Amino acid sequence: MRSAAAPIRSGCIDMLSSLTLRAALVSLALLGTFLALWHIATLGSGPVVKMDPQYAKLMGAAAAQGKSAMPTPADVGAKIWQHMQNPFYDRGTNDKGLGIQLAYSIARVGAGYLLAVAIAVPAGFLIGMSPLMHRALDPFIQVLKPISPLAWMPLALYTIKDSSISAIFVIFVCSLWPMLINTAFGVASVRREWLNVAKTLEMPAWRTAWRVILPAAAPTILTGMRISIGIAWLVIVAAEMLVGGTGIGYFVWNEWNNLSIANVITAILFIGLVGMALDQLMACLQRFVSYAD
Amino acid sequence: MNRALSVEGLTRRFAGAAGGGALTVFEDLWFTVAEGECACVIGHSGCGKSTILNILAGLDAPSEGHIIAEGKEVVGPSLDRAVIFQGHALMPWLTALANVELAVSSRHPRWSKRAVREHALKYLALVHLDGSEMKKPAQLSGGMRQRVGIARALAIEPRMLLMDEPFSALDALTRGALQDEVLAVRAKTRQTIFMITHDVDEALLLADKVLLMTNGPKARIAEIVENTLPRERTRAELHKLANYYPLRNHLIEFLVTRSRELALTDGPSPQERRNPPIVRPTASFTQHASTSAPAQSTAQSTAQSTAQSAAQPPAQAAPPCTASTRVCVA
Repeated sequence: MRSAAAPIRSGCIDMLSSLTLRAALVSLALLGTFLALWHIATLGSGPVVKMDPQYAKLMGAAAAQGKSAMPTPADVGAKIWQHMQNPFYDRGTNDKGLGIQLAYSIARVGAGYLLAVAIAVPAGFLIGMSPLMHRALDPFIQVLKPISPLAWMPLALYTIKDSSISAIFVIFVCSLWPMLINTAFGVASVRREWLNVAKTLEMPAWRTAWRVILPAAAPTILTGMRISIGIAWLVIVAAEMLVGGTGIGYFVWNEWNNLSIANVITAILFIGLVGMALDQLMACLQRFVSYAD
Repeated sequence: MNRALSVEGLTRRFAGAAGGGALTVFEDLWFTVAEGECACVIGHSGCGKSTILNILAGLDAPSEGHIIAEGKEVVGPSLDRAVIFQGHALMPWLTALANVELAVSSRHPRWSKRAVREHALKYLALVHLDGSEMKKPAQLSGGMRQRVGIARALAIEPRMLLMDEPFSALDALTRGALQDEVLAVRAKTRQTIFMITHDVDEALLLADKVLLMTNGPKARIAEIVENTLPRERTRAELHKLANYYPLRNHLIEFLVTRSRELALTDGPSPQERRNPPIVRPTASFTQHASTSAPAQSTAQSTAQSTAQSAAQPPAQAAPPCTASTRVCVA
């Protein structure tokens, strides 16, 4: 027999038992612990050191006054707030808002990535459907795949001579491989049964490819696309640090040169958030094409 | 004689694995299936039943021999020979309706969308799936999925249906229900059917003749058993028919002992292979089996020089012992 209080208590327990809620609480606890430790670490460090004023200027005011060079959580919070209030300002070459820098980066990623999709998916189809082409192209793919994007950069700059287009090229060449390999794999592993059905229905090759092979391989293709977008976003930050101009990678490097660590941390946070958003976009597309088997 | 299908000298060999010689699954098969007839192949695993079906469907090529269907040699898959696969082989990303529509639009590429849809719905209703058209295969039970497979095969209105153990993946109750459906469809459409099954009762219910294959490798057709049960039979009343148990016992005896024994013997001459003996087990066999059991079958057998047509003897009870060629032990 349950008492009157039991339903209320069991209701609360049910809520507390919900995995999502518990996970959220743990996440918040971890975040809180991290912020607390950060705050403690940046409270202050030792005595004021007497130094040359010019040296002090070079090292930044904070270091000379005995405060920690690392910004406190409060500093970073204020910086984030400042950026979010006015993300799209443009006061010249080296002074653009965070929103504009992110937009540049996303545009470059978009261009390089879509170009890679346009090449990788058809090529992957070809490789998946033809064992001959698979064997023939395999050595090239295996050799080109492990090459770091930054190693492509000098070659790109030398031939293309434009830093922005070089960055797009580097994105293209690095996000190509996961999509290519996954598409080839997905196409090659379409169930023989379904191909047999298409054969017995006398479906021509193009119709089989469009109505049977593509939908069957779509989840695998989208997995490759999801991996590629992650790689593309990683590469753009590195590439922009190298070639400069505009973009979030350039912003990070520029703020490092200004020794504005708070800005650097802000930028890092936003890089992570945009990367997550791109990944979630791909995950959404993936759910759309997946099927229960 | 109206032959829908003629198999002549069919042989299938597979290249040997490392070290071994070539594997001959079956050799020199000769049989025919007449228009409107339902022929069933029974045999143990490894005798090449599915391989025969794949070759008939055009999905595989024989090492020797050829197949003539509707007067033309079979060289590849065709819409005229529809296949019902063992695992339903439905596209999981399409609804049941879309799966059938895919087949219909392959058969009639110039039809409008609405015509295709109506045609597909008609066949889904035929297999009693109206109401479940918009479900995906994952939301359907095993029996329902197989029904969609049947609807898909029938919707292209083929000349011949090839069924590869269509109900073996289902539970007994669903199997029974689907057998009834196939019977009903047959009564309506008089389809030519070639079927593979393990289930002896299913063969007796659906087939007009049963081809018995010896064990592989080098399997061959040992006999063709003519199903002498009346055409209008139902699953519920099947076991009450007079000739049911003789037929059934004969098939089971074959599967249990003779398929292996015959595989060990040398086999008939090439001429005899072209005309496998056609057998009609009768009640005398049952009587005989209860007294003493010699190794050979004493079923009534009629060796014929040309293949039998589909004409069924109308008698339900066993005919009296009069023919001179018949071995009669009473």
